[in-house]
Amino acid sequence: MLPEPIQNLIFALERLPGIGPKTASRLAFYLLRAPEEISGSLAEALTDLKTKIAFCQECFNITVAGRERCEICESGQRDGSVICVVEEPLDILSIERIGAYQGKYHVLQGVINPIEGIGPDDLKIRPLLERIRRGGVLEVILATDPTMEGDATAQYLHPRLKALGVHVTRLARGLPVGGDLEYADQNTLLRALSGRQEMG
Amino acid sequence: MTEPRSYRVEAVVLRHNDWGEADRILALYTRERGKLRVVAKGARRIKSRKAGHIEPFTRVTLQLARGRDLPIVTQAETVDAYLPLRDELAKTGQAAYVVELLDRFTYEDASENHAIFRLLTETLGRITFEPDPWLAVRFYEVHLLGLLGFRPRLFECANCGEAVQAVAQFFSALAGGVLCPKCGAGLPGVWPVSMEALKFFRHFQRSDYAGAQRARPAPEVREELEGLVQRYVTYLLERELNSPDFIKQIKR
Ligand SMILES: [Zn+2]
Ligand SMILES: [Zn+2]
Repeated sequence: MLPEPIQNLIFALERLPGIGPKTASRLAFYLLRAPEEISGSLAEALTDLKTKIAFCQECFNITVAGRERCEICESGQRDGSVICVVEEPLDILSIERIGAYQGKYHVLQGVINPIEGIGPDDLKIRPLLERIRRGGVLEVILATDPTMEGDATAQYLHPRLKALGVHVTRLARGLPVGGDLEYADQNTLLRALSGRQEMG
Repeated sequence: MTEPRSYRVEAVVLRHNDWGEADRILALYTRERGKLRVVAKGARRIKSRKAGHIEPFTRVTLQLARGRDLPIVTQAETVDAYLPLRDELAKTGQAAYVVELLDRFTYEDASENHAIFRLLTETLGRITFEPDPWLAVRFYEVHLLGLLGFRPRLFECANCGEAVQAVAQFFSALAGGVLCPKCGAGLPGVWPVSMEALKFFRHFQRSDYAGAQRARPAPEVREELEGLVQRYVTYLLERELNSPDFIKQIKR
């Protein structure tokens, strides 16, 4: 039996995605042996993560705590008539990296997953529809992943957005099925963005 | 039992979960060894050649290699993608229910069950092509319960054994079937069931799919039957399924 503090750390690490019991133990023992500065800065970063980060009240991207809206929403340079809908803040990073998109975003903070019990009500869908009802949006690009869950989310959104009179296009139709946007290389993403299709 | 180093299975992908950097863990229902969990390395990369073949609801042949913890997918080829299950949300919901039901009821015990595999693939095909998947899904439930050893008794009272008469009855999940009015009335935890609903329930249980298709239950009977099976399943699993709630949400 291990002393409780190290056991607690192992349990906490094990709950992270992609980390099994072996990796968790290895990391915990590494931190135990490493100079205090390493575990100290990790602890600080973890605390800041929850206290100094907030979600943009417009698009639900991550932003610095205390700010109502994120940099992209605040920017006067971005085209507010186009909204690109993504699953996670990380997807914004991928699209921003190609530097070709000038519109704004909306982060759903997840994706529909009927088997895991994640439905439309669990995502930031209502705020998206409200945003469009306020006017000024002409096109919505659905950039959810080309997976069953991403497709289901796009299928759910499509008629509801159309009913609000906006143009709806689907980015992932140009992407091979099953992938994760986060891992798309810049060329593929650029081609998918310029070749986005009207949803039928 | 030692695994061969490499082997082939035919499977339906029940679900996938992200794992590690860019991998996915798949829950499969295979023809050869029942439910099986495998790793698909690099499946989340946009350029993965495997990714398109191993999405949920896809029928696929897989080459698997023995792995440290779980078998590893080395090759994948689609047998049937059942594409409308992804393009029409109502069908996605029904397919999710079909897959979730099987996932919850089965364990990874390496037991082959060709009948279940066949029922699963036929049902996904029917949901794909039929405009109204209601019948295909009810037929699946009734026959899956039978194949899993939970076939409800519908022809005689599950308590006293009297043949069921042509009047409204009760259904007891605990007893695993119908109770006659004498045995069922006033008993806690039993649900009333109309003669009409029971008639279709029995018909589905006894018929092949072509026979079941001749049934034309009225809307209120459809609803009653669906609710009855749902409650029985919830009782057997000791918890609610996720997909029925999803199906309700997307109808709004
Ligand atoms: Zn924002
Ligand atoms: Zn009786």
